[in-house]
Amino acid sequence: MTTSLPRYPGRQRVTQARVLRSEWIKLRTQPSALWSLGSAVILIIAVGVLYSLLREARPPQGAAAIASFDPVSVSLSGVQLAQIATGALGVLLVTNEYATGLIWTTLAAVPRRLPVLWGKAGMVVAVTIAVTLPAALAAFLAGQEVLSRQHLTTSLGHPGVAQAVIGSSLYLAVCGLLGLALGAVLRSTAGGISALFGLFFALPIIAGFLPGSWSDDINKYLPSTAGQAITTVHPDPATSLAPWTGLGVSFLYAAILLGAAALRTRRGDAK
Amino acid sequence: MIEIRALTKRYGHTTAVEDLTFTVQPGTVTGFLGPNGAGKSTTMRMILGLDEPTSGTVAVNGHAPRAHAAPLHEVGAMLDPRAVLPSRSARSHLLALAATSGIRRPRVDEVIDAVGLRSVAGRPAGKFSLGMAQRLGIAAALLGDPATVVLDEPVNGLDVEGIRWIRGLLHDLAGQGKTVFVSSHLMSEIAQTATHLIVIGRGRLIADTTVADFIASAAPPVVRVLSSDQRALAALLRSPGVTITPAGRPAGSPAGDGALLICGRTAGQVGATAAGAGITVFELATEQASLEDAFVDLTKDAVEYRPVTRQGTPTHQE
Repeated sequence: MTTSLPRYPGRQRVTQARVLRSEWIKLRTQPSALWSLGSAVILIIAVGVLYSLLREARPPQGAAAIASFDPVSVSLSGVQLAQIATGALGVLLVTNEYATGLIWTTLAAVPRRLPVLWGKAGMVVAVTIAVTLPAALAAFLAGQEVLSRQHLTTSLGHPGVAQAVIGSSLYLAVCGLLGLALGAVLRSTAGGISALFGLFFALPIIAGFLPGSWSDDINKYLPSTAGQAITTVHPDPATSLAPWTGLGVSFLYAAILLGAAALRTRRGDAK
Repeated sequence: MIEIRALTKRYGHTTAVEDLTFTVQPGTVTGFLGPNGAGKSTTMRMILGLDEPTSGTVAVNGHAPRAHAAPLHEVGAMLDPRAVLPSRSARSHLLALAATSGIRRPRVDEVIDAVGLRSVAGRPAGKFSLGMAQRLGIAAALLGDPATVVLDEPVNGLDVEGIRWIRGLLHDLAGQGKTVFVSSHLMSEIAQTATHLIVIGRGRLIADTTVADFIASAAPPVVRVLSSDQRALAALLRSPGVTITPAGRPAGSPAGDGALLICGRTAGQVGATAAGAGITVFELATEQASLEDAFVDLTKDAVEYRPVTRQGTPTHQE
């Protein structure tokens, strides 16, 4: 049955806050996005606990090894896999719209276009932190529980520990932004995810082929290596940047790619 | 109002739209007609600011398409009814779109009711039939009560009841003073829906006219007459500008029934001529040329006017 449509007297403008709300409605009704977030949680906790169990079974031997043992980074090792999940979340939020053609409807409603990109970026950061921060905390606590059997534990109160837990979540949000930017530049799910793997896994392998000192110097500035510095409490200066410096460097990559994504989105055909 | 001026769009070496100039007026339904691939959808995307013109300009309600502050109130569009996230419900799809302009749930529900999707609004839009998807697309276009409505092939996939519904809807929207711009590749469909007509072929403007004028000029009406003395009547009617041809054979009969088709005189003129000469008229009727014939003729890039031929019968002057 159809009824006659009443007139709508309002005349409301598009605002960034409204676009953000629209992106929130889209995200919670997009199963692939929810799956990505769910996988991130599972990877953070499961890998963190499994690796802690492994290290509990094979504890460090000798004073030097014990001194450099980092129970925080062990319990947060799941972040290295979860980065693909939150990166994929970022990719999918954009490329799903291009794949279905929904992008035309979206951009016709927001013809200035950029608020859509910023809305998606804000949403990726917000939901990633909201979901992965409790997961990182759970992984840390569970990991310490496991490692306590070998008296290798630390606590949240120790210097740098809370920073590592919170920073892990921030790094995963940066990965989401990297994925979002790659998705917006490439406009293809397969392309975006492949680029993400290249960035996170292929680049460090390629850097590994370089001569020793070069390899370390370059490797620590790559987006994933730099960002993962935040998950450690005692980073090795030879192979890793300082925690916040590393996170800052990885954010810089995301910011540069988002800039490219903004240029690509703003101009030309929305196809 | 949609104002298109010298609009050209090229994709690489392909020219989709070339030097198009026309205006779509408010308060009337304007049909946008052209064969598949003529450039209709490309033009519509440029009207919405989705594609950037290679050259030329588009203005919607006096503004560049991408300059609207309140876009959902300026222009509502349906370009591709299948462009939805398949697993997202129809209602969520509309809620997300409405949210960009701060339009809330009561209006979304109003629009859902108006297009007749209330009972399926919670179902995944990907499971909709084409007809239901069309209704969802139209709902999206009407969310903000826009001054200009742009619909790409809205009748496609609708059943008879749906087609009747959308004709009424478009008529109502035009009655509210909106600019209604509707594309189709079927002339017959447009003739029953639109008042004004823009015809394009291969990206170029072919006609910008009323539907009635278009049909009349592309294929003028002919008068069919059967009388007691066809030869005498033909002799009386013969003059420059008048074409007289024998009617083709009706289906099932072995030969032509002897009727004549007269082009260039009205039925009244033919009747009066016959009466003046004392010829008895058995049959006298005005026949409208087929809409599709008129459309095909025009979009064939036919330059010269071709006289009406019926059922393949060659023209021969009496």
